[in-house]
Amino acid sequence: MSASINYDEVEVGTELPAQSFPVTRATLVQYAGASGDFNPIHWNEAFAKAVGLPDVIAHGMFTMAEAIRVVTDWTVDPAAVVEYGVRFTKPVVVANDDAGAVIEVTGKVAAKLDDRRVRVDLVASSAGQKVLGMSRAVVQLA
Amino acid sequence: MPLDPSFIGRSYPPTPAYEVGREKIREFAEAVRDANPAYTDPEAAKALGHPDVIAPPTFPFVITYRAAAQVVEDPELGLDFSRVVHGDQRFVYTRPVRAGDRLSVTCVIESIKSLAGNDVLSVRGEVHEASGEHVVTAYMMLVARAAESDAAESTTAGE
Repeated sequence: MSASINYDEVEVGTELPAQSFPVTRATLVQYAGASGDFNPIHWNEAFAKAVGLPDVIAHGMFTMAEAIRVVTDWTVDPAAVVEYGVRFTKPVVVANDDAGAVIEVTGKVAAKLDDRRVRVDLVASSAGQKVLGMSRAVVQLA
Repeated sequence: MPLDPSFIGRSYPPTPAYEVGREKIREFAEAVRDANPAYTDPEAAKALGHPDVIAPPTFPFVITYRAAAQVVEDPELGLDFSRVVHGDQRFVYTRPVRAGDRLSVTCVIESIKSLAGNDVLSVRGEVHEASGEHVVTAYMMLVARAAESDAAESTTAGE
């Protein structure tokens, strides 16, 4: 599929524009509804604490969805992402206030591959802790 | 009790088709606060070469997670879902999911491991359109945390 980024103009080490994604309890309730994942650890503080969590945490898949936006906003066409994987290393803890939490995402071209593809390594953190590990996308460029 | 490794390679029947609607994609894109017009505006999607609006890259999880319930809730496998956490997730796309797709998922147990008393289960979900076209493969790793007594035993065993 088409992408607005030309493979020849990208070098290993090229940084993608970093982004910050706010997340509040309301965000999590909305994501629960849209995704069908109603696990109470994502909206019920008493339940989350009873199972040993510090507070309500964001869905790992929500964090994964935010992180890839650094890539899809860069390529414009989301279909440029041909492979995407993450490890869920730490939870994003979301306080019950208007501020909630912030997921900070950076991305860098880590390798140039065959067929005009690149591997982008993403780093997602919240409250100073890395929340995704081995977060990588293979991206088809023009 | 660790999970029975003889389940490795077990394949489950394809799920009934999930019909992907434009408004469901819009709802998902709004929930992840992603304003990319390819998700909501058919004309913008067509300008990128797609026949209709496409779904965000993690949308297939909505379908594959439901399908994985066949595995997770398989009474013969005996996974304790109350202790399960999502360890990792990966997608390999042939093309994006798009409005109008009728998708079914075939789940296969890729591996079963026991690490420090935790059951680690890897499930692959092959997502096909009703026409037979492959759309995406989803790989998910689930970790069932050890119950206290199991963990103590595995520590003793030196794992």
